[in-house]
Amino acid sequence: MFRIEPRKEPSTLMLYATPLIAVALTILSGFVLFTLLGKDPVRATLLIFYKPLTSFYSLSELIVKATPLILIGAGLALCFRANIWNIGAEGQFTMGAVAGGAMALFLFEVEGFWVLPSIWIAGALGGMLWAAIPALLRNRFNANEILTSLMLVYVASLLLSVLVHGLLRDPQGQNFPESRLFHDAALMPILLPGTRAHVGFAVALLAVLLTWALMRWHVIGFQIKVAGQAPRAARFAGFSGKKIVWFTFLVSGGLAGLAGVFEATGPVGQLVPALPVGYGFTAIIVAFLGRLHPVGILLAGLLLALTYIGGEGAQIAMSLPAATIQVFQGMLLFYLLATDIFVNYRFRPAPMKTAPPSTPASPTAQ
Amino acid sequence: MEKTSEYLLELKGLTKTFPGVVASDNVSFQVGHGEIHALLGENGAGKSTLVKMIYGVLQPDGGVMHLHGETYAPANPSAARAHGLGMVFQHFLLFDALTVIENIELGIAPELAKGDLRSRIVEVSEFYGLKLDPDRLVGELSVGQRQRVEIVRCLLQNPRLIIMDEPTSVLTPQEVEVLFRTLRQLASEGCSILYISHKLEEIRALCHKATVLRGGKVVAACTPAEESAKSLAEMMIGDVLVPAKRTETMIGAERLRVDKVSLPSTHQFGVSLKDVSLSVRGGEILGIAGVAGNGQEELMEFLIGERLTRRADAIVIGGVEAGRKGPDARRALGLCPVPEERLGHAAVPGMSLVENTILSARVRKQLAGSGIIDYARTREFMQEIISGFDVRTAGMDHAARSLSGGNLQKFIMGREILQAPSVLIACQPTWGVDAGAAAAIHNALIDLTKNGAAIVVISQDLDELMAISDRIAVIANGALSDPEPVAEVTIESIGRKMGGPSSVEHADVPH
Repeated sequence: MFRIEPRKEPSTLMLYATPLIAVALTILSGFVLFTLLGKDPVRATLLIFYKPLTSFYSLSELIVKATPLILIGAGLALCFRANIWNIGAEGQFTMGAVAGGAMALFLFEVEGFWVLPSIWIAGALGGMLWAAIPALLRNRFNANEILTSLMLVYVASLLLSVLVHGLLRDPQGQNFPESRLFHDAALMPILLPGTRAHVGFAVALLAVLLTWALMRWHVIGFQIKVAGQAPRAARFAGFSGKKIVWFTFLVSGGLAGLAGVFEATGPVGQLVPALPVGYGFTAIIVAFLGRLHPVGILLAGLLLALTYIGGEGAQIAMSLPAATIQVFQGMLLFYLLATDIFVNYRFRPAPMKTAPPSTPASPTAQ
Repeated sequence: MEKTSEYLLELKGLTKTFPGVVASDNVSFQVGHGEIHALLGENGAGKSTLVKMIYGVLQPDGGVMHLHGETYAPANPSAARAHGLGMVFQHFLLFDALTVIENIELGIAPELAKGDLRSRIVEVSEFYGLKLDPDRLVGELSVGQRQRVEIVRCLLQNPRLIIMDEPTSVLTPQEVEVLFRTLRQLASEGCSILYISHKLEEIRALCHKATVLRGGKVVAACTPAEESAKSLAEMMIGDVLVPAKRTETMIGAERLRVDKVSLPSTHQFGVSLKDVSLSVRGGEILGIAGVAGNGQEELMEFLIGERLTRRADAIVIGGVEAGRKGPDARRALGLCPVPEERLGHAAVPGMSLVENTILSARVRKQLAGSGIIDYARTREFMQEIISGFDVRTAGMDHAARSLSGGNLQKFIMGREILQAPSVLIACQPTWGVDAGAAAAIHNALIDLTKNGAAIVVISQDLDELMAISDRIAVIANGALSDPEPVAEVTIESIGRKMGGPSSVEHADVPH
């Protein structure tokens, strides 16, 4: 009926259209799902995708949720552009929170303009350190970074748990597994008075701007693109694959660590075992939905933040299952990957009688 | 042989249009029984479109074909095979990790694979002088032997017409002789052969009739034996041919020295470099001949600097030891390489020409001196390449993969030549470009030597090497022979070396 033909050049139209198509298909599937669950689909959809946009407070919450997603997504996009699969941003996020949180506790009750930067730097370094492990393993032993970075997520979350049960536990906390509440000088300055939106959002915007400039104008961005698209051409050009692995892992780890420490010293205000809530994984969707482009990631981060807030709202208002948010996020990624085929291929009606060229065996040409 | 009609295959007014180009324009010709018929034309002349229509891969938009006097319109290649057509492709369709017999079994109709396939393979291959060991892994065979697998596979289906697409481009001259004996034997038995090539001497030696294509049209039909190579070439390009000519240049100081390099291969079926040494001086062109897959790729990786050696003095560029230096540092020393693989190695397929200009010209043209890419300067240099080497492109922002092979080759050669290297290493510099552009590239190389550059040309095209080289060496099985002045070598003597340790005679012995 139809045949799939490779395009000579990727379709620019489709490049921008497929994220929108994916969002539309997700909403459509949501309709079907809600109907099957016996819920009013229109009301549920409006609660998730529209309601949060109608009040100042929920808009500020949107910014709170979007901040880590954008920060992490911007870093991950660098990795993915280079064909390096850092799946462990969640662990780097956690270690950022641990390192930054530990610094905040170390400086407990200390005042000074340098307190905040020290905490942030510690957070970024924590994320970088955690990202350095899969980078080292890949460069040194050719270990698959998808597996190593993912496994380290669980190590990081256990490490956080161990620390808040022991070393970093609040001495006056009646044995609850949590740290002290950070003192005011260690907390994120609030951006919009009366809300939880903090300056981390400004940092996320800065990260978007810097990664955009890097990819557009700097030779490092060029190296990342070449390495991702044609590794042999990268070697021909004299780019070191190992350096690119180091660079992308350290930058994405650093940004994820920053997101972690912002979260700990921002909305949460202390270290708790439940600090990692999946931003590092959702940011993978953000990166792809945003076409691995910094500006796209900004928009995708806001959209995914919307599904968090709207999903929570709908859960409470309509007693929807708690998995609703994950289902929506999963569908979004699924549809995006599925429709992505239109960027490089097109469907054409097959000519009536042509059979595909059936050369006896079609292995790789010699 | 049944003789229901005068011709085995007759094409009448065959036409095929692709968006923007008429690939086959009202083509008519006939192939007689037992005739070896040459289809001659430059790249893009429409040879492959025509063959694809005959073999059922493409369907013509207009015109008819007759086989044995009956209407012939194959819907797909298996229909064509059922009509007794066989084809040997330029790029073999074989699995490296399977044996000869397994490959053949996979590639023929299941009915034919039944029974004692092994003894039939041995029988057919011996009868036609194409000896093969059915139990060898294809990955271990030389390119010439792989072609035999393809031919034997084709012959097992008792074809009445065999289409051969550039069959000799991968063979040594001696292997070519063996192939020609086989083809003549087949023709004498009444099997017809459609022989596609642009090698004029071969066509003169082998083919009974020739049809010349240009721009999708038949421009001439002739008896090759009555023509000269020059007249055939002029029919083909429709113009008077002015080949590049070597003039005496001043031979200067040594620019490149490679000293006893041995490098194990990194691939399973790759070739290891064995004790390779060479020296090229300014103003000189060293040609390296050899059959594909004899270490050219590995040599190229080493020269580019993609693989470093422990010894710094393994390669010396302009007097500087560079064995531990990567591609960037070697470019800074004046060495510009052109690898064989255009898409994916010399250029990034999905990137624009602008970005592909940055790829290798970054260092010498200072396109990103401070780390920030200077797009204005890049565009300027790219414009210089495009106009200097007549690169036909719809625009500079188009992806490299959207260019035709010949145009991309011109772009890549231009990109390296215009960086004014002191050492240029080019692998297959004119691969896929038309005769006019090939002459232009050759002239550009010769001009480069006049400015004192040293050039190494690695090519499978002996005619090209004989035309432009000062000295020729042969790479065989990873070892490089001592270069000899071009005046002292013959196609014969080079061919013998190309066979290397596993020469034609050796390959014939099954074990």
